[in-house]
Amino acid sequence: MSMTATPPQESFRVDMLWNDARYRSTFIQTIALMLVMLAVAWLASNAVRNLEALGKDFNFSFLWQPASYDINQRLIEYDSRDSNARAALLGILNTLLVAAMGIVTATVIGVVAGVLRLSKNWIVSRLMAVYVEAFRNVPLLIWILMIAAAVNETLPAPSAFRGVETGAFVATNRGLYVPAPIFGEGSTPIVAIFLASLAGLFLLRRWAAKRQAETGEQFPVFWAGLALLVAPATLAFLALGRPIDLELPELAGFNFRGGFFLRDSLVAMWLALSLYTGAFIAETVRAGILAVSHGQSEAAYALGLRPNRAMSLVVLPQALRVIVPPLISQYLNLTKNSSLAIAVGYMDATGTLGGITLNQTGREMECILLLMAFYLTVSLLISGVMNWYNTRVKLVER
Amino acid sequence: MSGTHAHTVAFVADGKLPDLPPPPGASGAIGWIRENLFSGPLNTILTLASIAVVALALPGVLDWALFKSVWNASSLSECRSIIAESFGEGQGGACWAVIRERFDQLLYGFYPAELRWRPNVAFVLLIVAIAPILFDNVRALAVGAAAIVALKALAGAAGVVDGGVGGLFGATTVVLAAAGALAWFFGGGAHRRYWLMFSAAFPVIAYFLLWGGLGLEPVASSRFGGFLLTMIIGVTGIAASLPLGILLALGRQSKLIFIHAICVGFIEFIRGVPLITLLFVASTLLNYFMPPGTNFDLILRVLIMVTLFASAYMAEVIRGGLAALPKGQYEAADAMGLTYAQSMRLIVLPQALKISIPGIVNTFIGLFKDTTLVAVIGLLDPLGLTNPIRADSNWNGIVWELYGFIAFCFFLFCFGMSRYSMHLEGRLRAGERR
Repeated sequence: MSMTATPPQESFRVDMLWNDARYRSTFIQTIALMLVMLAVAWLASNAVRNLEALGKDFNFSFLWQPASYDINQRLIEYDSRDSNARAALLGILNTLLVAAMGIVTATVIGVVAGVLRLSKNWIVSRLMAVYVEAFRNVPLLIWILMIAAAVNETLPAPSAFRGVETGAFVATNRGLYVPAPIFGEGSTPIVAIFLASLAGLFLLRRWAAKRQAETGEQFPVFWAGLALLVAPATLAFLALGRPIDLELPELAGFNFRGGFFLRDSLVAMWLALSLYTGAFIAETVRAGILAVSHGQSEAAYALGLRPNRAMSLVVLPQALRVIVPPLISQYLNLTKNSSLAIAVGYMDATGTLGGITLNQTGREMECILLLMAFYLTVSLLISGVMNWYNTRVKLVER
Repeated sequence: MSGTHAHTVAFVADGKLPDLPPPPGASGAIGWIRENLFSGPLNTILTLASIAVVALALPGVLDWALFKSVWNASSLSECRSIIAESFGEGQGGACWAVIRERFDQLLYGFYPAELRWRPNVAFVLLIVAIAPILFDNVRALAVGAAAIVALKALAGAAGVVDGGVGGLFGATTVVLAAAGALAWFFGGGAHRRYWLMFSAAFPVIAYFLLWGGLGLEPVASSRFGGFLLTMIIGVTGIAASLPLGILLALGRQSKLIFIHAICVGFIEFIRGVPLITLLFVASTLLNYFMPPGTNFDLILRVLIMVTLFASAYMAEVIRGGLAALPKGQYEAADAMGLTYAQSMRLIVLPQALKISIPGIVNTFIGLFKDTTLVAVIGLLDPLGLTNPIRADSNWNGIVWELYGFIAFCFFLFCFGMSRYSMHLEGRLRAGERR
């Protein structure tokens, strides 16, 4: 008997589409593609017919019409005759402002709380556990509303400060006043010198690391860097006749004038987002530190490293590998959660574009599409950073 | 040995000396305090600071919430005058009377009072439906039902509940007693199949119970509110997002490029936008995408969006579980000649889901907390109900009591869930313990 080298030629049968591995994946994907296209076409045709029935069209020209509403917390110039697009831009800047402020404070709070929760000190660790559990298990919206109520009800009204010497920072129930820098004539060189110092610091660090790798000699980077950062700018500041000044808030009439003004709703959002996200970051930090095995710190001590160098050179780099990815996704959550600002009337992107502009123009489809596009862009940017970091610190395995 | 040395060496111990007690202050309460609270300057400062924080905050909070609170009043001004009368002018105290008066509203919203037995029955049936999913046999249900009925009988006899013992024969108690009896006689593992069939049928039963129909008086969606609404959204989202999330996670793992792309696109899109924009879609936009003339219910639209939202997060959690499973398991399933569906159902998913249980429960907790967001689009969940309550001139100006009560309820539920997940994690890891 001779063996045939080629299998017998089979003619194509219909059931081979799902029984034969050669055709199955193409078949399934074609079906899926068709279903998705049908669904999209159905939704789109419905949308077109519904819009037609309502006499609406799909265009973005409303963005250039006057917004005719006021925004009380603004980073750039705006008045109610400006266009909807500018109002949306203000909202976007406000979202980014509260997110950036929240990210900084939430990180500080979270790291402190996470480290303290691991402390051997019983009272401190219990206290931190209470903080973390209280904030993690109660909805953010309740915290925002409660903190907004606390700001409005417990802080004094501006009139309470009449005849009182106020410092640089004033907390009233209308918001927080902080000093603002005024850049007078001749301040440009100082800023330029400061930026140059920053670049110099970066170069100094690289040079010191290289020298230590080559010769083993350490260079006091911290003190030298501090001097480099502070001294030239301060000297220039004094030499040029102090062109940069601080503007302090002052009570004028019924309200404070001058300085930066953080509206009560911004303060409430900021505090609530920082405390809420801080609780989650605390858990992340705790998990990260616990993930570094005891053997690592013991090995560092055995090599003769002092505790803080063992921490900074051995434990922390390994803990960061575990901490940073969830930390960044917490930042992402914070940014998305800032959309709850609408509950306390802080005019962020959701409040302007998805709130008043939407209600005034009746352009739900366009407004929500733009809003989603904005949040999606921010999310994708942040997760891009996360992926870059992940590939950079990934353990190189076989 | 000691005998030979005894003549040459001045002294040799021929027995072990008894241990000396540790120096005073190194053991016991004082030692513990020294070791744990005052072991160094930094620790001492931290301890003193924490004690100061607790000593400053706790008495005030306890005073407000418990010792100087009022439970019986019909308006905020009455509360304040009672507080001023009994504790002196200028004292602050909680006015829990608002919770007492509006308790039913916070539970059911504006659900008609005479029909509130229906959500109650639905809640009892919900527990009956969950029991066979969580446990191997449902005998415990009988004990629980008996305990609740006994408690109700006691309360009725003591006259705490209106209507005395006669109030016992409401629909809720009857259903509870019937479920308990069934669980007692047919609660064994052999009958688990039938209990699971009931679990599968529960959504339909609950729908007709809550919304009416089939001979029950219909109730409009706009009357739903309070924790009833929270439960409806939370439970539906949880139940529907798990299977959807599993499908999405499998799709994301799939080698079929197109299916993979659809799943990745969907998951990343949903995870990239805040829930509130999806709720805006539900409240303003979803009707545009339906055939002209359809106008379906706001709660249903919210349910759809919440489910989609939760399923994307669930998919990521389950993907983590699928990725954590050793590759050998997949290969072994293939080597056994199992089809894709069989290998997923029998080999891969049981293990992957077990790994991802903590994440799944975390997603559940997040979803449950996120149900409060529906207040922003005008649904009357507990947080949304605070405004109508405050609009009543009797309770105008009440803030902390309402938020405090709602926060407390959410805390109890979410904290309970997270503890249960930790317990479950420990139990499932029993096999890996040595």
